[in-house]
Amino acid sequence: MSLRTILAGAALAAGLTSGAVADGHEPLTVGFVYVGPVGDGGWTYEHDQGRLAVEEAFGEKVETVFVENVPEGPDSERVMTQMALQGADLIFTTSFGYMDPTINVAAKFPDVKFEHATGYKQADNVSVYSARFYEGRAVQGHIAGNITESNIVGYIASFPIPEVIRGINAAYLHAAAVNPDVEFKIVWVYTWFDPAKEAEAANVLIEQGADVVLQHTDSTAPQAAAQAAGGVYTFGQASDMTEFGPVPRVSSIIDNWAPYYIARTQAVMDGTWESVSTWDGIDTGMVEIGEITDAVPADVKAEALAMVEAMRTGAYHPFTGPINKQDGSVWLAEGEVASDYGDDGLAGMNFYVEGVSGEIPE
Amino acid sequence: MITLEKRPEPSQFWVFATPLLSVLLTMVVGGMLFAALGQNPFVAMRTIFLDPLFSEFSWFYRPQLFIKGAPLVLIAIGLSFGFRAGVWNIGAEGQYIIGAICGAAVGLAFYPMEARWLIFPLMVLAGALGGWAWAMIPGILRTRFGTNEILVSLMLVYVAEQLLASMALGPLRNPDGMGFPGSRNLSQYPSAANLELIQESAMHWGVVAAFIAVIFAYVALARHLFGFHVRLAGQAPRAANFAGVNPNRLILICLGLSGTLAGLAGMFEVSGPAGQISIDFNVGYGFTAIIVAFLGRLHPIGILLAAGLMALTYIGGEIAQSNLGLPGAAIQLLQGMLLFFLLAVDVLTNYRITWQRGRA
Repeated sequence: MSLRTILAGAALAAGLTSGAVADGHEPLTVGFVYVGPVGDGGWTYEHDQGRLAVEEAFGEKVETVFVENVPEGPDSERVMTQMALQGADLIFTTSFGYMDPTINVAAKFPDVKFEHATGYKQADNVSVYSARFYEGRAVQGHIAGNITESNIVGYIASFPIPEVIRGINAAYLHAAAVNPDVEFKIVWVYTWFDPAKEAEAANVLIEQGADVVLQHTDSTAPQAAAQAAGGVYTFGQASDMTEFGPVPRVSSIIDNWAPYYIARTQAVMDGTWESVSTWDGIDTGMVEIGEITDAVPADVKAEALAMVEAMRTGAYHPFTGPINKQDGSVWLAEGEVASDYGDDGLAGMNFYVEGVSGEIPE
Repeated sequence: MITLEKRPEPSQFWVFATPLLSVLLTMVVGGMLFAALGQNPFVAMRTIFLDPLFSEFSWFYRPQLFIKGAPLVLIAIGLSFGFRAGVWNIGAEGQYIIGAICGAAVGLAFYPMEARWLIFPLMVLAGALGGWAWAMIPGILRTRFGTNEILVSLMLVYVAEQLLASMALGPLRNPDGMGFPGSRNLSQYPSAANLELIQESAMHWGVVAAFIAVIFAYVALARHLFGFHVRLAGQAPRAANFAGVNPNRLILICLGLSGTLAGLAGMFEVSGPAGQISIDFNVGYGFTAIIVAFLGRLHPIGILLAAGLMALTYIGGEIAQSNLGLPGAAIQLLQGMLLFFLLAVDVLTNYRITWQRGRA
């Protein structure tokens, strides 16, 4: 028997196990691949909350499995393959760097459904999903622009990918709208989760005079650093991080994946699952704004809440012209709203808007 | 009362027994840890150490041992020469990164030309040279200016990481990648791909190179004058001087060798299993290889076995996480214990435990 036949046989066997779900005797197995530890208090924590919500919603009908701290690259490919082999019917891969591995593994397991977070490559059995975090960034920018006294806002950025750049631009535009003197200092840490590096970055920013620190990394270390320094405001990232309120944490962006995960699991159970591209925001509740504490003046809080409401109803888009690019050229004309895709679309955003200083690292 | 008495010379028995004893101790203490986490320790140990080899899906896991183990073997073999001679290259991770960057850059420069006979060998050469050159920096600084190669090589890891990020975002970025960082996928470019030699076996060129390195190292250490010089320099530097060993030359050769092999490992990884230069391409092989080198007693065959064991704990650890719900940190703890116990029981190699009557 050649290796190929063994492989084909095993793949068949794996297919048969997942086929057994249809008759309702075996629970549906849903796998999750995490880039950080489930206790990071941020990104991975919220994905794991989504997993727990799936368990709660379906009870005995589902079984969930997860592997945490999975490096992006060949290791993630092995973890996904292993989950598919062990009979997972639906696998959520929750980091941008899992994109190519997800596509590779999905090609080998056509009967298993995959959902890749924050990427752009789809296949017949691979959906992509992400949230419009930039809507939350706009709210943060508005608050930050109002409450800063030094007019210096620190920003801990992870990787120079469109998602992060969108966040910087959205926050800056709304901070500058209420405070033209505001300046953003950006530190690139090249990690999603590294408490030591994040704390160091926060301390550097605070030493440089930042009294508001925004973070696009997943740990609570910057919150702790701000708390230790005193007189510095922060925002929870990915998770509420409410334990750091009412100061330094004055509000937060919460990723709420639970409704999406439940809906997609239901779709696999019903046999209605299709490959889709989802990009939801405040309107569907995928992005939530955590409670704005009393450290923020009442009028600023009211404005911020009005902005949230306007984005929820679709009355307001955070990227509405006139907006120029950093080099002064026109990006959006008066009243023009940024498109999601295409040239200069939000999905592939790789430029700063006018007023942000520094360069996107290359 | 228990006292430690220094042996006149290291015990041959314990040199080989300590790795086995430390694995055993790791299993016992790890088992207790898992039991405390509410797991059946025997099931957990079976999942981590045996399931990758003998379970229903072992046909998938066994080749994965090669993928995970090959870079560890390559790097650890290179390091073992220096470690024997007292040359401490802690920066293999950096040399691994530079090897990958150089190899990938050569491959991408030729894209989309079809000439595997030319491009792939050039990439191998570039990877080796890149790793070598990066290791020469601490080498030359040490031999010329007497700097500490431990610090310099370690610091150069962080420099290499920055360079990697800058390459993934700049010169090597995929022009068709919609502005996202990361290079083209080399494994999808046939002229540059580090292909599997046998379908689905995971036997890529890096695995072949690892086996060749083991044989080469074995012969060099056992039969060749260079191996003798390396051992002599480590055990008796003064005697080595009298034997005509040029210490500076030895330092450069040891660093160059480990740099070259680490660079090769990076090149084989980027063109094969990883496929592309990305910001976080490196996952710590260069550091894990240090553990592997010591666990394998700096002996080529030992390193081969130690790398296999480390690969096993990675792969088995993932299975245990997903099937048993063990936390990832518990697996890392298990891996950490391995080195801890090795160092702890290592004392038996050089010391004898004796019972003495307590003095008043």
